[in-house]
Amino acid sequence: MHEFQVMARSLVQDGTLAYDQKLRRLAALATELLEYPAVSPECRDALDKRIICDMFEGNAPFAARYILPDYERAIRQGLRYLEMPPPQNLDDALSFLQIMYANVPSVTTYPVYLGDLDKVLEPFVTDDIDDERLDATLRRFWIAIDRMLPDAFVHLDLGPHDSRIARSVFRVERSLRQSVPNISLKVDPVVTPDDLVEDAVRTVFETGKPHFVNHPMMAADHGEHYAAVSCYNALKIGGGAHTLVRLNLKEVALCHDGTVDQFLTTTLPHFVELTAELAEARIRSLVEEQRFFETHWLALEGLIDIHAFAAMFGIFGLAECVNTLMAYEGLDGRYGHDDTANALAVRVVQRVAQLVDDRPMPYSEGGDGRCYLHSQSGIDSDHEVTAGTRIPVGEEPDLLQHLLTCAPHHQYFTAGISDIFHMDDTAVRNPQAVVDIIRGAFRQGMRDFTFNLNSNEFVRITGYLVRKSDLAAIAASGSARHGSDRLAAGSENSFHLTQRSVKRIGRGE
Amino acid sequence: MSLDCPIGSSDGVVAETITFSNVDGPGNRFVVFLQGCNFDCIACHNPQTIPVASGAHFRAQVDDLLPRIRKAEPFLGGITVSGGEATMQPGFLMELFSRVKADPELQRLTCFIDSNGSCTEETWQHLAPVLDGAMIDLKCLDPEIHHRMTGHTNASVLESIELLAYMRKLYEVRLLILPGVNDDPALLRRTGEWLARIDPAMRVKIIGFRRHGVRHHEPPLMEPTPQELAAAAENVQVAELNICVI
Repeated sequence: MHEFQVMARSLVQDGTLAYDQKLRRLAALATELLEYPAVSPECRDALDKRIICDMFEGNAPFAARYILPDYERAIRQGLRYLEMPPPQNLDDALSFLQIMYANVPSVTTYPVYLGDLDKVLEPFVTDDIDDERLDATLRRFWIAIDRMLPDAFVHLDLGPHDSRIARSVFRVERSLRQSVPNISLKVDPVVTPDDLVEDAVRTVFETGKPHFVNHPMMAADHGEHYAAVSCYNALKIGGGAHTLVRLNLKEVALCHDGTVDQFLTTTLPHFVELTAELAEARIRSLVEEQRFFETHWLALEGLIDIHAFAAMFGIFGLAECVNTLMAYEGLDGRYGHDDTANALAVRVVQRVAQLVDDRPMPYSEGGDGRCYLHSQSGIDSDHEVTAGTRIPVGEEPDLLQHLLTCAPHHQYFTAGISDIFHMDDTAVRNPQAVVDIIRGAFRQGMRDFTFNLNSNEFVRITGYLVRKSDLAAIAASGSARHGSDRLAAGSENSFHLTQRSVKRIGRGE
Repeated sequence: MSLDCPIGSSDGVVAETITFSNVDGPGNRFVVFLQGCNFDCIACHNPQTIPVASGAHFRAQVDDLLPRIRKAEPFLGGITVSGGEATMQPGFLMELFSRVKADPELQRLTCFIDSNGSCTEETWQHLAPVLDGAMIDLKCLDPEIHHRMTGHTNASVLESIELLAYMRKLYEVRLLILPGVNDDPALLRRTGEWLARIDPAMRVKIIGFRRHGVRHHEPPLMEPTPQELAAAAENVQVAELNICVI
């Protein structure tokens, strides 16, 4: 209790935290006084040693981690709880959404999904609304989102079809240059026109957004009704993720003593099971103890359905895991640079995928009764371990080798993988070059990825976006309006992520 | 001028290859830089590629390059052969482009040449069936200044630009701006007019000279300021010329 008091006092007296930020942290602190969901001593031990991780979701989850309300349905049927009739025009629809966003929970306390905005809004974009008015209207909406939901995990989706909304969003994005909302563009090689992808690429050059999603691949895994949300997690619309647990493959390799085959047959399965046990305990706590789905208005009005949920099973530290296992075998090849190491990486991921697929999970019909596998892109407290299945920062090989190393992993990560590729500034004058790479990556079976531009004001830290100027402001004053900027400052201090090696796709002229 | 291998040979004398380039034509391209150039430009960025025999080059057969192109193919829009002067090795160009066009996996890639425009009509006609586009450097419209800048007159360059435009193989013309040498406003206006007469919507890239990599010169060559470069672009702008400044 004394420790709690010390922490609570330091929070309320912290001069750098905004009022809202204090409130949210105090709430998180309060649940720490409750008992942790029951897990075995082995699971507890792995959790304490941070071999497995619960992403600091708290001891008593009372809302699902990621929630994807069916906004199209909400717009059609209205909201009883919020006394909102179905909107009749664009202004009403945007006001409707803004009100709804304020009432959608998530692990961050802000909504992580704002809808497939083109599909939700296109019915209201009538011919009498010209582009100038559309841009002005969306611009006001965009400013409201950034100021009222100051968190870069707030995410919306566009595509794969071309639309006036998508075009307007990209124009507004380029003019406002905000870190919120984050955006994914679903790309279908057949349906999505090249010039929409190119428009998106031009927007990446300005704002680091959108992220690119392989629509046919996602639709094959989730059905058409899916979205990329938060830190690039692909989940079902009307569903989501109860929780995200993750396994630190670097630590698993360090616990291991023996051959690669023994790693794959004994050590890895042991820790995968402990991670799954944690997921199950947290799901049961949310569903059975806190009874989220029986009580929340989104579920009661049919805008989310427990049957479209599952838990996410994340892995990270693949690079260090592979390099460690290689060393055990007396080999010095490194992940990203050596064929043997790269092949071993695929074996490890395949094995995890198989183990997760063999492990039934309650209340997880969204994932056919299993966890969704996710390549987890890291959190601010990670030290000396590489995000997900990425190649360590600064060690990235040339862009072709980087793409070819990452591509074979993408098929396994139903809930997203979010690789990041860095581009030379010369790409700005030749966006078609980036379009070629995007289309090629999809041809190679890549699921989702994004680009950082060397000189960009916006930089992707682990998965979300911050402005470099905001990072500099935190370093100077310690405070930030966006909650995610603060996390970014932690990651930047640990990893110097803004110093990722640039993938040159050109020489200087 | 002697090459390690005869001009008609399908072997290439290669200075360097780049797997992904976004500055050598449309989209993302695999680029082969050939060794040896018949011009001797004072502003050359890669003077090491001028001599037909230099320590850094290697002989390459198309068979050596194809597997590397194939590996990168999913991510490419095409291939570009640059230099040096690409058209000094037409046998290699013909072989490389023909093999790409004949390969089911590679045939969607466009085949481009980046050239100083000095080669003959005969060479262009020979390459035309396998060539998708050419990028031609025009150092200066004025023959005397051109001679001072390159050691050669520009008659063949101007003919190449006209011929390629007529053949619909001209992707872009590049104008290098060297302050005090080839940026006289009246000269640039004449250049724009001449280009627009050939194709009013021609793609023209205005490139500011940069010292990086360039040999020492007396008096020193000056880089244009952004203002000088913008003024140059304005002077060239005629009709609907599609001008981009870099």
